[in-house]
Amino acid sequence: MEAQTQSQQMKLEIKDLHARIDGQEILKGLSLDIPKGEVHAIMGPNGSGKSTLSKVLAGHDDYEVTGGEVLMDGVNLLEMPADERSRAGLFMAFQYPVEIPGVSNANFIRAALQARLPNGEELDAVDFYKALYAKMDELEIDRKFTARSVNEGYSGGEKKRNEILQMAMLEPFYCVLDETDSGLDIDALKIVAKGVNAMRSPYRGFLVITHYQRLLDYIEPDHVHVMVNGRIVRSGGKGLALELEEKGYDWVRDELAVTA
Amino acid sequence: MIDALAEAPGSMDSETEESRAIGGFGSISSAFETKPEWENGNLPEWFTKAREEAWNEFLRLPMPGRKDESWRFANVKLHDFSSFQAFEADADQIEELIERSHGLAESSARVIFVNGRMVKIDAGSDGVVCLPLVDALAEYGAVIENHFMNRQGQLGGRKFAALHAARSDSGVFVYVSKGVEVAHPVEVFHWVVGDNATAFPHTLVVTEQNASVSVVEHFQSANDDEAGFAVGAVKLVANTGSRINYVGSQRWGSKVKAVNLALTEVGRDASVTGCIAQLGSAWCRSEAVSHLNGPGANSDMISVAIANGDQEIDQRTLQHHAQPSTTSNLLYKNALYGRSRSIFAGLIQVDQGAHQTDAYQPCRNLLLSDEVEANSMPGLEINADGVKCSHGSTSSQIDDDEIFYFVARGITPRIARKLIAIGFSTEPIQRLKNEAIEELLVAQIGQRFEDVTQ
Repeated sequence: MEAQTQSQQMKLEIKDLHARIDGQEILKGLSLDIPKGEVHAIMGPNGSGKSTLSKVLAGHDDYEVTGGEVLMDGVNLLEMPADERSRAGLFMAFQYPVEIPGVSNANFIRAALQARLPNGEELDAVDFYKALYAKMDELEIDRKFTARSVNEGYSGGEKKRNEILQMAMLEPFYCVLDETDSGLDIDALKIVAKGVNAMRSPYRGFLVITHYQRLLDYIEPDHVHVMVNGRIVRSGGKGLALELEEKGYDWVRDELAVTA
Repeated sequence: MIDALAEAPGSMDSETEESRAIGGFGSISSAFETKPEWENGNLPEWFTKAREEAWNEFLRLPMPGRKDESWRFANVKLHDFSSFQAFEADADQIEELIERSHGLAESSARVIFVNGRMVKIDAGSDGVVCLPLVDALAEYGAVIENHFMNRQGQLGGRKFAALHAARSDSGVFVYVSKGVEVAHPVEVFHWVVGDNATAFPHTLVVTEQNASVSVVEHFQSANDDEAGFAVGAVKLVANTGSRINYVGSQRWGSKVKAVNLALTEVGRDASVTGCIAQLGSAWCRSEAVSHLNGPGANSDMISVAIANGDQEIDQRTLQHHAQPSTTSNLLYKNALYGRSRSIFAGLIQVDQGAHQTDAYQPCRNLLLSDEVEANSMPGLEINADGVKCSHGSTSSQIDDDEIFYFVARGITPRIARKLIAIGFSTEPIQRLKNEAIEELLVAQIGQRFEDVTQ
């Protein structure tokens, strides 16, 4: 019985989430469960609040949560500062990865891994590089990128691959991919999708946020949700993504107008 | 944000500057009031005469005042040098400091000074001449005479240059003959020991045609709690087609007042990279001048400073393009903590006929506390055509988006800020294109950040 309760809690649970920025409400009561082992996709038109959701989950200061809760494996995520959320196992792949001049990729990832170790314990450099190179090879990232400044001067595809590299190195329990497909050509998209698929596991949940169905051809979701105006307005299987692609977001909006 | 332009030199806090200026000026007195006792021995007459003249010039020149444009924004209260005097280290101290002189794994020559006295020299493998300056006078007198203290102190520090020339009876001379490429850097350690002790590090580097050499200097205090006064002068002379890489790592103790005068002369198709890392001292006045004397000459002028507490970093630069098709690339970066201040005054001067000059002069300040102050006075003086010159001075805080990117990966905001600041400061070091030196400097810069953020 107890084991069952525990397994029920093994999910990222978003309940009636309200959030605003600069006084404007963007998330207006969003609810969603992402159990470990599943890939959920959120699709939505521009301005529906998709990116706000990812930033609120990651803990960005600019957003104020005004209602609802988010539980990660039963633990209140919203009470944790952003760095603690990450260490607890949440990962957000940025839509616009930030350039950090002068900080090498290797040092950045190393610092992130080091932050997960208990005080006084040092990351083993040899093991670190071995793991890093292996993941870089999988993602077809040139090893020279270890010494390059984080995201500085990278192409769109290189930046997104770098996000997936970080994800692979940090081995989070829940991954939020914020429009990871934006700015990618088809080859880069395939590599990124391959990297994500390699990480799919019964112990990991994914929330894939995208504007286009195309990404979902390569990262096949278990569930698809449509987000409009700060709420999930429709949920379904992967077929829903195709339907959306075919009919456009106006179709959902029109339906909403009818039911309203 | 651009905080000042050539036409309108500005301060972030001009009122403070005004109020700080009241209270008069310090002085260089005590031991410096008495004429140094030189041992002229077999030294050439021009040298002893030059010292004599320098002493007289030192006495004659007034202390820099707050109305001097070349000392604008400087906190003159810091210019009191009256307590300092020459101090002779004992044998134990010298032995200890030789022991503590750690730098690169490999060097072609190695020299150690304590309070201005040379205490150890492992000189001259790999075709490089590395001699105590006074010893070099016999064989290289003509070369040294051409360059010794010539044109030093043009940017306001003439009085200090004169004091240095009068006091500097010991220095190091690095000479590389035509075509010789020295495999490993020449390494020079300058220590100061004893409370209120002084040091006058002097370095002259000359490369003949197509020669190349790297020189790394370390400036350190034996004990951080000892006050000290150091006036250093370095001159780099790169003749036709030759190359000099110079790094000065200033890690004086936190109570040391330091003046550093750097002068570079670059000949036709020659190239010099000069990098100064200001990782210590209470007050540091740094003057760096590059004269581009032949077509094709190139000078890279790099500075990295990390200041905290009430530290003042006063930087004056000149990129002087005397000939056509010359390039100079300056990059000054100051990371400011506590209540520290930086002053950057730079001038690009392009002479008549020095066409097709490329000159860049950015100074970047990273403001890491609300109480720091950054003053920038970039300037251009162009008398030629087809010239590409730019200056841009910026002062900024760490971007919140950058911190969030770290934090979103589980790194605490405190460590994020430190890593971003380290990144800011180490970025120019990559221009040195020497892995061993880069590694050493990056480690020293990292240590400095550990010290100032602990």
